[in-house]
Amino acid sequence: MFYLWPVLQTAYLSFTEAGPFGGPSEWVGLENYRELISDPEVGRSLVNTLAYTALGLIGIPIAVVIAALLSRPGLRGVAIYRTFFFLPVVTTPVAVAMIWRWIYSGDFGILNYLLSLVGIEGPHWIADSRTALIAMVIVGIWMGLGYNLVIFIAAVRGIPRHYYEAAEIDGAGPIQQFFRITVPLLSPTIFFVSVVSVIGSLQLFDLVYVLAGGSNQASRANPAFESMETIVYLFYAEAFQNNDKGYGAAIAMILLALIVALTAVQFRLQKRWVTYD
Amino acid sequence: MTKKLGLVHFLLTIGALAMVAPFVWQFLTSLKTLEHATSVPPTIVPDGQWSNYTKVFDLVPFGSQFLNTVVMVAARALGQVLMCSLAAYAFARLRFPGRTVLFGLFLSVLMVPPQLFIIPQYEIIADLGWLNSLPALIVPGLFSAFGTFLLRQFFLGLPAELDEAARLDGANPLRIWWSVMVPLARPGMIALGILTTIWSWNDFFWPLVVNNDPEKMTLSAGLASMQGQFLTDYPLLMAGSLLASLPVIAVFVVLQRQFVEGIALTGTKG
Repeated sequence: MFYLWPVLQTAYLSFTEAGPFGGPSEWVGLENYRELISDPEVGRSLVNTLAYTALGLIGIPIAVVIAALLSRPGLRGVAIYRTFFFLPVVTTPVAVAMIWRWIYSGDFGILNYLLSLVGIEGPHWIADSRTALIAMVIVGIWMGLGYNLVIFIAAVRGIPRHYYEAAEIDGAGPIQQFFRITVPLLSPTIFFVSVVSVIGSLQLFDLVYVLAGGSNQASRANPAFESMETIVYLFYAEAFQNNDKGYGAAIAMILLALIVALTAVQFRLQKRWVTYD
Repeated sequence: MTKKLGLVHFLLTIGALAMVAPFVWQFLTSLKTLEHATSVPPTIVPDGQWSNYTKVFDLVPFGSQFLNTVVMVAARALGQVLMCSLAAYAFARLRFPGRTVLFGLFLSVLMVPPQLFIIPQYEIIADLGWLNSLPALIVPGLFSAFGTFLLRQFFLGLPAELDEAARLDGANPLRIWWSVMVPLARPGMIALGILTTIWSWNDFFWPLVVNNDPEKMTLSAGLASMQGQFLTDYPLLMAGSLLASLPVIAVFVVLQRQFVEGIALTGTKG
């Protein structure tokens, strides 16, 4: 009840509109949803969110490879590596975004300076609509890598050693072992991690808020904002900046539908590639 | 064999450097004057401009924000460990009508994005007149479906004979929970406590919308507004972001093992 009630309330709210001067809200039926469909900002935010989510999945193979490397028998210093990879996970996302905003800075940023050393003139990363989304994806992957890594390391440890020993005797090299043993046996974990990270990516907010500007006004002044705005950012702007709770609730319902749909698709697809023993 | 590990170390070191370099750059920048930080080509060596750190306290109510964050985090962590373990115990051990249905509902809640709770919770807090207060930060975070799920998995792993024996000795469910389950499930509860601590510390959306008075903000919301206010004073922004993230990083470094085990637990049993 504790949780179900607010969800029902949000669903109800999405059919209402607040009266003028904070008066009682009135039933407007499907009005909010009709408005949603014709609102270009909604379409844009959906596209950005889906693109961010899809690109963010690149982080998963990276984490699997690093987990496999960290699990090589006889490797020393595993704990130290793990600590390094985990630092961004425990750092406040707002702080992470501030650091990267500075790195990405067009004129004074270290990234563009390093690029200039090899003769590349870097773009204004987060102020350029061609690169802003990619720049956010990079930060997102950087920030989430350690979390996925920890889960994969635990899963790799669960693979019986003698599988690898047998493969070695049969003459399989490390790369072959990785694709023939590690990846198939990790597939249930890879599935779990991708479900969780898709749900997380669909809710992206902190990075947009800070990388784009650090306040709603500053973000909207950013020339690349239109390529950065996500569905949860729009939810924030409508419900808490424009104070249109009904419209905000309708956006939240869209988000819920999106999460349920994409999770269902993933569960459907898992039968094709996930192996349970 | 050692030759192969050499390559592994090489690759991992590159990865580790990519993880740490942004923090190093943050620290170096925080000790520069604005003029040096924005010079082209960039200077590497900082100026020892520690005054950037004191400026953070002068320009923003950093002290109050720090205190708000600590109180919020402590209250949420304690609340969750206590309340989630009670609920988890009920799901794991007590038989009551509708248990399976209720637990199914619970699991589906794990999939529902928090944005769906935010508007109604906000309205409740506003109706209570709690906007811009500490309770606004704390109360909605006292319980979580995730924590209940985590601890339930933990309780299920404990032998049922133990509470059987306690029941024969005449202990009531509450007593069994406190004297039998809680001591045995300590690792799980500690893991939940640490996870809640770090997630609450980094929580942004909720603190941002309920408290807009700088004195009542948490550090993450305070940082964001600092970013909005001092857009390009990078040394100041780097000093502030470093100060705000240092406490959790310290907690993590000290309690690393429990933390990592907690996350691995959610991943392998989910």
